[in-house]
Amino acid sequence: MASEMAQPGFWARVQRASVERLHIRLESLVVLLALSAAMAVLSPFFLSLSNFLNILLATSTIGVLAIAATFVIGSGGLDLSLGSVMGLAGVAGAFVAVNLGWPSVFAVIACILAGGLAGYINGQLVTRAFVPAFIVTLGMLGLARGLALVISQGRAIYGLPAAIVYIGQGRPFGIPMPVILLVLTAIVAHCVLAYTRFGRHTLALGDSEGAARAAGIRVEHHRRIIYTLSGALAGLAGLLFTARVNAGDPTAGINYELTAITAAIIGGTNLFGGRASILGTMIGALIMGVLQNGLTLLAVQSYYQQMAIGAVLILAVFIDQYQVRKESRV
Amino acid sequence: MTLLSLHGIRKSFGAVDVLHGVDLSVAAGEVVGLVGDNGAGKSTLMKTITGIYRADFGSIEFDGKDILALDPGQRRELGIEMIYQDLSLAKQQDVAANIFLGREPTKKLFGLFPGIVDKAEMDRQAAKMIERLGAHLPSINRSVGSFSGGQQQTVAIARALTFNPKLVIMDEPTAALAVREVQSVLDLIRRLKSEGIAVILISHRLNDVLSVTDRIVVLRHGRADADLVTAKTNMNEVVSRIVGGGDISAAAAHEQRG
Repeated sequence: MASEMAQPGFWARVQRASVERLHIRLESLVVLLALSAAMAVLSPFFLSLSNFLNILLATSTIGVLAIAATFVIGSGGLDLSLGSVMGLAGVAGAFVAVNLGWPSVFAVIACILAGGLAGYINGQLVTRAFVPAFIVTLGMLGLARGLALVISQGRAIYGLPAAIVYIGQGRPFGIPMPVILLVLTAIVAHCVLAYTRFGRHTLALGDSEGAARAAGIRVEHHRRIIYTLSGALAGLAGLLFTARVNAGDPTAGINYELTAITAAIIGGTNLFGGRASILGTMIGALIMGVLQNGLTLLAVQSYYQQMAIGAVLILAVFIDQYQVRKESRV
Repeated sequence: MTLLSLHGIRKSFGAVDVLHGVDLSVAAGEVVGLVGDNGAGKSTLMKTITGIYRADFGSIEFDGKDILALDPGQRRELGIEMIYQDLSLAKQQDVAANIFLGREPTKKLFGLFPGIVDKAEMDRQAAKMIERLGAHLPSINRSVGSFSGGQQQTVAIARALTFNPKLVIMDEPTAALAVREVQSVLDLIRRLKSEGIAVILISHRLNDVLSVTDRIVVLRHGRADADLVTAKTNMNEVVSRIVGGGDISAAAAHEQRG
């Protein structure tokens, strides 16, 4: 008992406080600052307001996907279809706006609805057909991408109305619209995850499905909502991307699930569920954004960037699992 | 007054029949021991009471209401709590989160946004409950997984008792505990009884069962094979009912030594 009650070091106490109070792992913040400092030293272009906004803008799509990944992984699930569903949603929105010529608001709804529907199907298959989430969402990755190509006949849909383009390119007060929408989404998501019963049940479910069930939480119902939410967020990401590039591109979002899941894991989401925070995920998304931006400024080929993301994902899970083994008797 | 009554409960998993028509009744404030060999169906029977499993046939009445169609959450609302053998804790969540899982108190934020979990209230009540149980935990804000087995058990017990249950089912609550901790669990059962709370105790430790229960029900091959009044029975009879013939005296002698 005496050894257990021994005073932990200052660093350990700050670590614990940040996890308990702010729901973030301090290490991720340190990594973000160190990475930024390194990039600032290596590239003269890194430290500028326009580049800072660039990073945020590039992070906005990934950030929204990473929020989706945080909810799903936090609940003990997995959504590999994020990138494809994002592509499908963008094409669906562009199709409604351009090919059908409907008002912009319907295009926005189409994006969210297409994403939400794909997520809803994921949830139904996971909870009613008992196909593992890994397989269901891997299948959806192919299905959604294929459908996006079918709808768009394999070509990007151009000529979006100005209102849609404003969502992607508008700059009220000099701040890019996608960044504003990401921040708003993140704030709402943070409050939902950290302060509502829904959020708490999500993490409890990821922690121990048996405990959640015994406590009377409707586990399957909850999972269906999570997957639907994940799809809808991927739809929002699709809207942001489509509006920013001013085209419904059926190949948009390829491999984005890799980056989004990596951002969530770096941010402290436990790969096996039970622990997650939106604040942490946002730090994770920024780390990915700074990494990609910095490597681009340093003129590193995008092929190597792809490798870097993959390596970071494995490294992040390794560090996380190392910490978990060290801290807990689970 | 009968609090819980089961009639002809049947449950099978695929081709495996686990329960073949179990009858069981528990009165308010009564402590009933449920014993039986491994695979006799004890845990399955309890899970049909809490609603984790749905019985294939039979009826379950609790407090005069038919609860067969209710889900686990609704049955908890009526006052049925269970302390599971594996404790069923969410180990990465803290003490209050586990105690209030599924029943978090909420408040309005700025008097506007409803449904915000009242963490301060949760922590306060959780600390009070832990104190009432006479237990000591390192910190109420730590994840439950970092606690010892006995401390985790305390959290599981606190969760079962916080919402004024009428019936508490305990599945092997003493199996993993040290001697002193076993005594405190048995004391707790007596205290619950004195407060009019019924307890179903599943245990392999027949000494514990004989010392604390009013009645002992023996489950054998998926049936309630015997219903014994604790004051009028003894170790030998209970053991012989559990093993059902065979080398009874050797088994009983072994139990008495243990």
